Amino acid sequence: MSKGHTVDRIVASIARRRARETRLKWAGFMAVAVTLALLALLLGSIVALGWRAFQQTYLALDVYFDPQVIAPDGRLDEESLRQADYESLVRQALRELFPQVEGRTQQRMLYRLVSSGGADYLSHMVLADPRLIGTRQRVWLPASSDVDMFAKGQTGAQRAASLQPWIDHLLAQGRIEKRFNKTFFTAGDSREPELAGILGALSGSFYTIGLTLLLSFPLGVAAAVYLEEFAPKKNFWVDLIEVNINNLAAVPSIVFGLLGLAVFLNAFALPRSTPLVGALVLTLMTLPTIIITSRVSLQAVPPWIREAALGVGASKMQMVLHHVLPLALPGMLTGAIIGTARALGETAPLLMIGMVAFIVDIPRGLLDPATVLPVQIYLWADSAERGFVERAAAAILVLLVFMLLMNALAIFLRRHFERRW
Amino acid sequence: MRILPLFVLLGSLFLSAQAQGRDYIYVVGSSTVYPFTTLVAERFAKSTRFPAPKVESTGTGGGMKLFCEGIGVQHPDIENASRRIKPSEFETCQRNGVKEIVEIKIGYDGIVLAHSRQSPPWKNLALRQVWLALAKQVPDPKGGDKLIPNPYRKWRDIDPNLPDLAIKVYGPPPTSGTRDAFAELALEGGCSNFPWIKALKEKDEARFKEICHTVREDGAYIEAGENDTLIVRKLEADPSALGVFGYSFQEQNSDLIAGAPIEGIEPSFENIAAGAYPISRPLYIYAKKAHVGVIPGLPEFLDEYTSEKAWGEEGYLADKGLIPLPKKERETYRKTAKELTPLKSL
Repeated sequence: MSKGHTVDRIVASIARRRARETRLKWAGFMAVAVTLALLALLLGSIVALGWRAFQQTYLALDVYFDPQVIAPDGRLDEESLRQADYESLVRQALRELFPQVEGRTQQRMLYRLVSSGGADYLSHMVLADPRLIGTRQRVWLPASSDVDMFAKGQTGAQRAASLQPWIDHLLAQGRIEKRFNKTFFTAGDSREPELAGILGALSGSFYTIGLTLLLSFPLGVAAAVYLEEFAPKKNFWVDLIEVNINNLAAVPSIVFGLLGLAVFLNAFALPRSTPLVGALVLTLMTLPTIIITSRVSLQAVPPWIREAALGVGASKMQMVLHHVLPLALPGMLTGAIIGTARALGETAPLLMIGMVAFIVDIPRGLLDPATVLPVQIYLWADSAERGFVERAAAAILVLLVFMLLMNALAIFLRRHFERRW
Repeated sequence: MRILPLFVLLGSLFLSAQAQGRDYIYVVGSSTVYPFTTLVAERFAKSTRFPAPKVESTGTGGGMKLFCEGIGVQHPDIENASRRIKPSEFETCQRNGVKEIVEIKIGYDGIVLAHSRQSPPWKNLALRQVWLALAKQVPDPKGGDKLIPNPYRKWRDIDPNLPDLAIKVYGPPPTSGTRDAFAELALEGGCSNFPWIKALKEKDEARFKEICHTVREDGAYIEAGENDTLIVRKLEADPSALGVFGYSFQEQNSDLIAGAPIEGIEPSFENIAAGAYPISRPLYIYAKKAHVGVIPGLPEFLDEYTSEKAWGEEGYLADKGLIPLPKKERETYRKTAKELTPLKSL
């Protein structure tokens, strides 16, 4: 008889069930391992590429601050000092260093060693201290991107290969040095990789996301409180609103950009490319997420808190403001921060409102034209110059750190304010 | 309420935003001209007391729409264009009060068909071969005026002298200005080699365009997005493929990729400048005369753009891959920029 005791059948199946359990455990483990490996691959490739941008090659030149060039008419006021031809000082120094280079084409190649920002550097030096005029100084100037790429071992770069004998000469004299790339953190965008910085995009992101949080959090919380605590239940209109909010959360972000273009730019005539408009569009985008998470946190507050408050004679408003809201706040804050962290990585809606633009000046307020970090990454990745490849990767690192900080803040707030029942 | 000041602040922000003027130049338009205009913008901001212009990369068509919307600080001052303004766009401009438009041709851009340096160099490509390789329908190789779906799989199928490689070309999508120019110059140039198709141009232009411009969809032409850097990377990974992009990318990455000679002519700076290279197009900027005096620095910006140190043969734009105009044309357009002579009609 195959029909033995139940115990026998169970014992017989134990091995099979154990094997199944192990398989499930392993499948789960593999899934986690694959995810981690992919993440490590992604981060690894970005870090491997991006860390190079934190260093920049500098060249030492013995620059003679020729009074004949800086102030030919002897005027030393700021305006004439600013307009002097510092480029020719750099060129003069290069020619002195390589006296054997002759002919226009060859000399033009030679001038390519130093970044076009070198002249500005000298101009700043002279403006800060006019006593430099007439002296000879050893100045470290940023190397051009071609030299920088070459010095970082991106060999095979043909553009730099023709410069190689000169670079070797400079290396032998100890005139080439890799230094921390301060420019990357203090400058705005530039067409020259060696002069481009992230600060413009970073402050653009800061203003945009800051305002997004300021606008979307109160609005989202207020909407959630109304829908959860005050709105009549089982009402057709309330249901309709609910369905729409849930749908809005799933709308592709570019649609919000189009809406922003039509409403904020065309109807309200707000200025294009500004953090103000960017924040308004991103607010629209994050609102549904914040409303939904806020409602969930309100639902998580046990009903007896409300009943107890009402029971001791609190008004409905006191009940909500004094008891329910403080308890739900940590969850709401977490939702809001995660929602805005997502908004931080958006480019699509900003495309429509003109934030995908070349902006050199660092924005100083909500009404200055600005761009944001993901847009800056896109613009650099789209540039022909090779030096921008590593800059784009470095910008990704900065964006990731920004996001990490926001998420850490969310975790901190939740831990700090959370209460358990 | 403690919240009240916040709302007052926000409200005043909105009002002040509407009343605000603009003290910087605002440029929109082609992504091909973008690298050049941004460079001028940067140099302009450094060498003058004016703030740096804002340059948006919207594509030529999208930029024209914004440019022609009207006169006023909320509208752009300058449009970058990788083709000439169309009569329809000119009319829209006129209708919206943008009457005086200053047209400045800034230089030329070549479109290259390039491959990775890892693969053996291409000796020559005729436009006819390019079209036969990429068209959706081609004339029956057996002869006659019949079109058949493109049967060619390998370059060698088209011409025994071409390499024994599968036809695989990465190029821009139809929304791109580079694609427009490629279709007009390379593909049209190729299909015009067939007399009966060429004859269609007079009789039935729509049909002519359809035959010449329609690119095959069976995977031989791969739309790689508007990002030219991406195409360069793809070529590195796939040495047997060709890529279609602007000359400036070829110039910046010449250690990785090499351009195939078209009709026997290398895509070099000199050949494009001389007009010998067959796939090259002029680039333009358009400025609004009505904004001069309203937006500070506009004439000075045009002056910088048309100076020898910018667009000359040894200027900084040439370093970035812009092919300069011949000296005579530069003088003409510099005069146009100085005197702000508006475009009469097209």
